[in-house]
Amino acid sequence: MMMEEREPNEIEALLPWHAAGTLSRDDAARVEAALARDQELARRYALVREELAETIRLNEALGAPSPRPLQRLMTQIEVEAASGIRKRGPLAIGRWLEALLLRLSPRTLAWSAVAAVIVILLEAGFLATVFVGSQGHSYRTAAVEQAGTPGSYALVGFVPQASAADVTKVLETYRASIVDGPRAGGLYRIRIGEGGLSRDELAKIVDRIQQERAVVRFVAPAD
Amino acid sequence: MQATSDEALIGRIAAGDKLAMHLLFARHHVRVYRFVLRLVRDESLAEDLISEVFLDVWRQASRFERRSSVGTWLLAIGRHKALSALRKRPAQALDEERTAAIQDPADDPEIAVQKKDKSEILRNCLNGLSAEHREIIDLVYYHEKSVEEAAGIVGIPANTVKTRMFHARKRLSELLKAAGLDRGWP
Repeated sequence: MMMEEREPNEIEALLPWHAAGTLSRDDAARVEAALARDQELARRYALVREELAETIRLNEALGAPSPRPLQRLMTQIEVEAASGIRKRGPLAIGRWLEALLLRLSPRTLAWSAVAAVIVILLEAGFLATVFVGSQGHSYRTAAVEQAGTPGSYALVGFVPQASAADVTKVLETYRASIVDGPRAGGLYRIRIGEGGLSRDELAKIVDRIQQERAVVRFVAPAD
Repeated sequence: MQATSDEALIGRIAAGDKLAMHLLFARHHVRVYRFVLRLVRDESLAEDLISEVFLDVWRQASRFERRSSVGTWLLAIGRHKALSALRKRPAQALDEERTAAIQDPADDPEIAVQKKDKSEILRNCLNGLSAEHREIIDLVYYHEKSVEEAAGIVGIPANTVKTRMFHARKRLSELLKAAGLDRGWP
């Protein structure tokens, strides 16, 4: 029997899977029976087997990726683990917040943003007052007291839509690492560079980080 | 000694086991890389995307429902990432069939056949297929996916998978014929 039709009949359509060995036992038996009685089908099956062999050779020739993806993956996992994004509250809170924001009107949302900024400013003012009050004229943020490590620091908040990959990329770009957080307002304390930077240098880098608006919603130098 | 199953590794990853993440990565990353690379045709981008694929696994392991194998799940995530990346750079996403790249335009088909062996021509023509056709051929022949698994990864009905595979093969024959290899089918 010759098979002249251009659209596949049921058996012909299964030939690629038969060659790859991924058919069920029943389907494989049906194909085998058809191959045994139809020479033209058997000839086409030989073409399928050629295609399969060359597809495997082609893919195997693609080689393997460098170690970079694994390094990047584990760095991102460490960042998430350090910030508690995956396991603990922030993700759930983030989802709750996202759902809440989606329900709000633009006007309500705008006022909510204003309120959030006020809360952050009040908190910053409170911390400054506490430390100025307790240490006389030597103004220092709470962050420096916690870390006690020399270096240049900033407080940064990321936009909710930023992925861990986005955050990692920005941190790598500015040779920064998260040393603390998330704090109230979703802010993280980051260390920038290996050694201490001058105030001007830090300000310039902070300005550049501020331009990463797709990822960063807030950044400010911290002593 | 029996190796830990992929499903068991996913369970450990859901519990925050980084070693299990390493093991799963070691087991699957090359195949996922090759699948993604064939779609995006950019090694650096493909490497970035496989990091993201496995990061999704890290984040979503607890939601893995075992409706497919872990390998099929990984390819589905990889496909989604690759297509999203291609959408972000439309100029490069236009995947014209690269018949011009198959052979030296100065050669006529007979000379091309003489210059290259049949296997090489076949591989070049496989490369010259559209992304849609390359994808289905890779899934079936190289990644050994059943009709149902391929349907799950691509997001189309099983019958459409069969039809798409048939037309991909038909197009391959046309490219081979243009390159001087007439297989007498279709």
